[in-house]
Amino acid sequence: MAKVSKSPWVLHYDGASCNGCDIEVLACLTPMYDAERFGVINTGDPKHADIFLVTGGINEQCKDVVKQLYEQMPNPKVVVAVGICACTGGVFKETYNILGGVDTVIPVDVYVPGCAARPESIIDGIVKGIAVLDQKREAMKQGKLPELNVEDISEDGKEQASANEAQNAEAETTANAGEESK
Amino acid sequence: MATRSIIPFGPQHPVLPEPIHLDLVIEDEKVVEAIPSIGFVHRGLESLVAKKEFTEYVYIAERICGICSFMHGMSYCDAVEHIMEVEIPDRAKYLRTIWAEMSRIHSHLLWLGLLADGFGYESLFMQSWRIREKILDMFEATTGGRVIFSVNQIGGVLKDIDDSLMNQLLKSLDDIEKELKAITKTFLNDATVNNRLRGVGILTAKQAVDLATAGPFMRASGINRDMRTTGYNAYKDLEFAPIISKDGDSYARCEVRINEIFQSINLIREAAGKMPAGDIATPIKGFPNGEHATRVEQPRGEAFYYVKADGTKFIDRFRVRTPTFANLPGLLETLKGCQLADVPLLVLTIDPCISCTER
Ligand code: SF4
Repeated sequence: MAKVSKSPWVLHYDGASCNGCDIEVLACLTPMYDAERFGVINTGDPKHADIFLVTGGINEQCKDVVKQLYEQMPNPKVVVAVGICACTGGVFKETYNILGGVDTVIPVDVYVPGCAARPESIIDGIVKGIAVLDQKREAMKQGKLPELNVEDISEDGKEQASANEAQNAEAETTANAGEESK
Repeated sequence: MATRSIIPFGPQHPVLPEPIHLDLVIEDEKVVEAIPSIGFVHRGLESLVAKKEFTEYVYIAERICGICSFMHGMSYCDAVEHIMEVEIPDRAKYLRTIWAEMSRIHSHLLWLGLLADGFGYESLFMQSWRIREKILDMFEATTGGRVIFSVNQIGGVLKDIDDSLMNQLLKSLDDIEKELKAITKTFLNDATVNNRLRGVGILTAKQAVDLATAGPFMRASGINRDMRTTGYNAYKDLEFAPIISKDGDSYARCEVRINEIFQSINLIREAAGKMPAGDIATPIKGFPNGEHATRVEQPRGEAFYYVKADGTKFIDRFRVRTPTFANLPGLLETLKGCQLADVPLLVLTIDPCISCTER
């Protein structure tokens, strides 16, 4: 883990979850787990947020909301998918309304497994997210847009990434540092 | 007449842990109408009965909602057990009752915290959730999970609570009761809290009946109705009376829920004292064939489960009607005429659980 230099503010949004992971996200902020000791503050405003915590899979109706929230967040930003639903669609994968995990609509940097994800692992995911955030910030300082940490990703990940970069002039989307804690 | 404007509320909003969208038609600061739109968390979970065997579906049913996960699993099992004419052992009934009441305690404490957060009382929010962690610890000790437990099976339960664990649970309940009494004083007597809650969002008894509301939201308007009095599980052996309040405002809803936590603590104590020894599950044979509807009292009110099976290993149709769905018309009624600043608070007072409403 890289040195943690800034206090990240998190934005939490419930995709199509069962609520289990959401209450665990909230539990992280309360006295027992107290993510605030890492300087983590839960904000309701995407413009204030550095880390986007998404729980639950993506369905037709919440797809656009998730995209909009992601776009409104200022750079650099990190997405943490909380719970197995957010990672892959989980138990609801086979239903007609779930498109899949969060990475079907926005790029995800950290995957937190578990059903429900435990507060300890959510905090671990946030801390990993802070490291990714620092890398992205560093890259931005040097005038580079967030770049891929090439060593950490697999071959098809690279292809995927270059394809995305070509599509996306802002190139802000793919900084998948492969921080899969799975 | 002042000009009308429409303010969108949600789906992402600081007080809402879950997405729901309301279009608020306002005149100056007054809300004249609220138009809801839902479907942000719809997963199509009922359709999974066609893909998962009826014994596996217990785990899917639990994931209707992470807050009342135990009760969803339990009620699904109950419906299937009725269809298969399986009588579950008494000990399993008592265990289910104990876990169900623990769910109620955790759900109401969670709500109290969210309510405090809704009116900006941060430390009260933290205190409520700190107490709630104690009950989650007991869930973890007895079932192995904090939110999703997977202890139900068709024919009974999968885990037993032995004497030493039961004593630990009872001890922990004593602590919870003591600490809850301390914060109850603030919730019910503090001047700031009173100012925010008293007289806000009144629902009369007649409206509560006409709009078919459920649970504490309805009982706060003076309607005496609680599905537990029908005596499912071990409730027939336990002594309790539904908790009601007269005023029908937000304060009354808070009062009802706080008193229900104390009631649940007492119910667990009583159940622990009366719990019979014996098996925790009856083996099942064959596949269900027939239909059944189960009604249970969840923390948010009456939930209704319908199961139709056709003698194969897949259930034919599964349907849930959840209390939040029943309470939405009541909520829209209370929103009419309220101040814009009270909207988040009023939305919270029905204790909305969107994931079970939309499944
Ligand atoms: S991962 Fe499990 S607990 Fe979390 S939202 Fe999905 S079903 Fe619910």
